Amino acid sequence: MNTLQLTLGPVLFYWSRDDILRFYSEAADWPLETIYLGEAVCSRRQQLRGQDWIALGKELAESGRRVVLSSLALIESESDLRRLRKLVENGELQLEANDLGAARLAQQQGRPFVAGHHLNIYNADTLALLQSLGARRWIPPVEMDRDTLAAVLQQFSRTGQPIETELFAWGRLPLALSARCFTARHYNLSKDDCQFRCLEHPDGLRLNTREQQAFLTINGIQTMSDGCHSLLPHLAAIAAMGVQALRISPQWQHTAQVIAGYQQAIQALHSPLHTDIDLAPYADSRLVDGYWRGEAGIAALGETHHAHS
Amino acid sequence: MPATRPLPELVCPAGSLPALKAAVDNGADTVYLGLKNDTNARNFAGLNFDDRTAREGIRYAHQHERKVLLAINTYAQGGDISRWHRAIDEGAELGVDAIILADIGLMEYARRRYPALRLHMSVQSSATNYEAINLAQELFDIRRAVLPRVLTLDQVKQVIDHTRVEIEVFGFGSLCVMVEGRCLLSSYATGESPNSHGVCSPAKFVRWEHGSQALGARLNGILIDEYQQGEAAGYPTLCKGRFEVEGDTYYALEEPTSLNVMAMLPQIIDIGVAAIKVEGRQRSPAYVAQVTRTLREALDAAGREPQRFSVKPGWTQALSKLAEGQQQTLGAYNRPWK
Repeated sequence: MNTLQLTLGPVLFYWSRDDILRFYSEAADWPLETIYLGEAVCSRRQQLRGQDWIALGKELAESGRRVVLSSLALIESESDLRRLRKLVENGELQLEANDLGAARLAQQQGRPFVAGHHLNIYNADTLALLQSLGARRWIPPVEMDRDTLAAVLQQFSRTGQPIETELFAWGRLPLALSARCFTARHYNLSKDDCQFRCLEHPDGLRLNTREQQAFLTINGIQTMSDGCHSLLPHLAAIAAMGVQALRISPQWQHTAQVIAGYQQAIQALHSPLHTDIDLAPYADSRLVDGYWRGEAGIAALGETHHAHS
Repeated sequence: MPATRPLPELVCPAGSLPALKAAVDNGADTVYLGLKNDTNARNFAGLNFDDRTAREGIRYAHQHERKVLLAINTYAQGGDISRWHRAIDEGAELGVDAIILADIGLMEYARRRYPALRLHMSVQSSATNYEAINLAQELFDIRRAVLPRVLTLDQVKQVIDHTRVEIEVFGFGSLCVMVEGRCLLSSYATGESPNSHGVCSPAKFVRWEHGSQALGARLNGILIDEYQQGEAAGYPTLCKGRFEVEGDTYYALEEPTSLNVMAMLPQIIDIGVAAIKVEGRQRSPAYVAQVTRTLREALDAAGREPQRFSVKPGWTQALSKLAEGQQQTLGAYNRPWK
């Protein structure tokens, strides 16, 4: 059984420049194999520009971390493409391609890349194709269940060309992207004049049903789950499947504790001593793992989410 | 500048043989359909085509010199993807004019097995920029890409100006507010999504709750909306429900609205859009007939006299009766909507 590594996903929320720099100066000391950096959600978020992300990435890389630049997941305009080209052409850091256009640019530059979860790789043929373009690691779609993943990895292993697999293991799930900004909509602002209200919501805006069930999170043009996805109870099975890395998605508070908890749980896999780690106190919403178990993603740890009568 | 461009193809939905005939009879240039399984993104009970109806539909369309496209636009799932391969084989064998694919792994299979088969890139591929489209063009020689409903008209033009691939845009029907192929809200609530199962907010999870004051619409137990007496109730598509955000209850993501680009037809023709697609394989033959007839008239009028084109009240009336939630919008093509 290989040892699972931890990675830090890109910050999906909009934080101020100071907060971002403070976050990564702390993250430099966490037990992480890879740090993903960059704006993956909204092209209007410019507290750090492309050059700033590249500079920050190079700085972190010098401290011995593997650093990957995450590309924008929704590329609409020529200026989005210009920024993407700059990221790809940085000459040093790898790219996480969150769009087929990004995969193409990386391929043209002859640069290996990470195939992000937005690339919708649901089978071994598609994975092999991305590998042939230069993908060295992939992140399955967040909705993929364990049986499907096991089948894909099993099938893919026949190609004899190993690829690394990383799972989205902790955090509010990135579920949808839109041209429309739902945070601006909440404030009755147009997207072009959004006044950067996302800065006021460092973990997004809660969206509840009309009977106050916590349901989703609004994060600008992105819609996320309210529930905090956690694969912590499944680490042994995940390691046995041949997965290399687990992604922790940054949150406004307690990211360090979450990483420490995962680290401890991974170490415990190789030790006969039983450890009971509870990360619920470090999530500000209910823990869910339905996707992994082939249920509705909203299903809480160990629960089946059936329509209540 | 007078439009010297050819008119875009009018591409209409066929959820059944009667709907296909309605589209052909009312002026569709092309119809698109899916097979009766989860290889297509409108995998609804009672819809779609088996071998017999597909053959009859293709015969009917070809007899009238119209084209037929087969949508295989879910992502092939897991270790055994033979179902998707068989669907491609079937399409090639049936003699459809093109296959619409979302999964690039399936594009690779289709190109390798059927070098002469025309391939379209589905809206479910989420290709919003020309780099993504040109990748599929170089690798698999795709001839057309359907753009997600997220770009402004200027951005659509930008794509057209940078690719040899024909560009198809949505013209009328339910408005998907999320980038197609990048929305998992349905599986978060129910376990089934367009990507994995070819469904969104599937009917088998819908439950109507008749209370003394209000009618509740639930999806897998989750309250999507609630209607007071006298309020028109809509299908609980989960992005079109009313939710509470910081004390306000409103359509937090999107109102139940239809996309209608009729007012923009001259510009759409002018920038070189190759095809205009009507959403709605889940709709009745009567709906398909009405929408097809109206858009055919509007498109022909815009082609004849682009400068003098205006939307006729009769067209608006005909379409507004069919529109979801009775409201219509230009959607993302018109920047303020965003």
